[in-house]
Amino acid sequence: MSDTTPPTSVAPESGHQQPSQPKSRGANACLENIQTQNFSVPPLRVGSFLLQSRLVVGTGKYKDVDQMRQALQASGADVITVAVRRERLFDKDGRSLLDALPLDQLTILPNTAGCFNAADAVRVARLGRELLQQLGNPGQRWVKLEVLGDKTTLLPDPIGTIEACAELVKDGFEVLCYSSDDPITAVRLRDAGASSVMPAGSPIGSGRGIANREAIMILIDLLKNPAHGGRADYPVIVDAGVGTPSDVTLAMELGADGVLLNTGIAHAVDPVPMAHAMRLALEAGYFGCKSGRIARKLLGTASSPWSGTFTHIPGE
Amino acid sequence: MEQLQLQIQVNGEAREYIGVHTVAQLLAHLGHDAVPCAVEVNQQLVPKAKHSQHQLHGGDRVELVTLVGGG
Repeated sequence: MSDTTPPTSVAPESGHQQPSQPKSRGANACLENIQTQNFSVPPLRVGSFLLQSRLVVGTGKYKDVDQMRQALQASGADVITVAVRRERLFDKDGRSLLDALPLDQLTILPNTAGCFNAADAVRVARLGRELLQQLGNPGQRWVKLEVLGDKTTLLPDPIGTIEACAELVKDGFEVLCYSSDDPITAVRLRDAGASSVMPAGSPIGSGRGIANREAIMILIDLLKNPAHGGRADYPVIVDAGVGTPSDVTLAMELGADGVLLNTGIAHAVDPVPMAHAMRLALEAGYFGCKSGRIARKLLGTASSPWSGTFTHIPGE
Repeated sequence: MEQLQLQIQVNGEAREYIGVHTVAQLLAHLGHDAVPCAVEVNQQLVPKAKHSQHQLHGGDRVELVTLVGGG
């Protein structure tokens, strides 16, 4: 449980505060700075939505609804994904997802999981919107678009995804597109009107993390670097394949704006503390990226000064 | 003979109903009129505001869907 940690979600007034550079190198000044700085991760804008937490979590595969509810709470997420499925009309049992969640505190992001062509994805997106309108949830304005290529790899069909994205944008949806890590597909989705491109780190549920970090880096560059036709505030959310907290951190260090995951929490041996770990990992990666990492060097660079050494140095 | 038997497919299962003429009546018959439920007839969404007007016909394929856990 994460009861002892402060929430990741931040009040809007403090949300945009960036860590400032220490002004003095004096030890006391630094200490004071650390104590007073607000290290809240700012909210993320995606279309007309403001995500208080940059960790978006799924609601599938949990042992039971109580475990899911506790894990969602520990993750700090304020956006959750759900799927659209047939009502079980003739063998009713158990509590529904809708009864188990504090829907007034969460924004639901309905997906089109299980669709293998654009037409089906558009149908499912409209059904999801209808359900969220009935619930009065703000999630009625958006959809997580998935058009899959096949059931074996669960990798996205880029052509079907682009086609469905354009159709849904025309129908008034804000479309968050699950995509492969191919940078050009990502650009095409952005050009088709996607509110966010969500590249897979690796196949859904595979737990292999970010399989091709260079592809993700190029994708982020094309979508976010103004010098290459991008827009710095265009949201890129790494979705799928995340297995460990370090995968989340890496995604954020590479410059992603957020991470969407489900199995990495739901199928952990102990999902609730794993949800907490994912939340901390996202914070670590966010600040790691903002702070600017050091350049990679092949050889060593001493942290302690050479001047004043009085012992034998080989070769000198 | 006013009491027509309606033969339709609901969520993939062939069913027969008596006294069911509209989507709203079907939902009431199934006890689903008070819960969030989205309806498609022959792959076309029927919004909630139209449930009571939308007439069902023999052979219609009806999908009643809800939200479930997913990623």
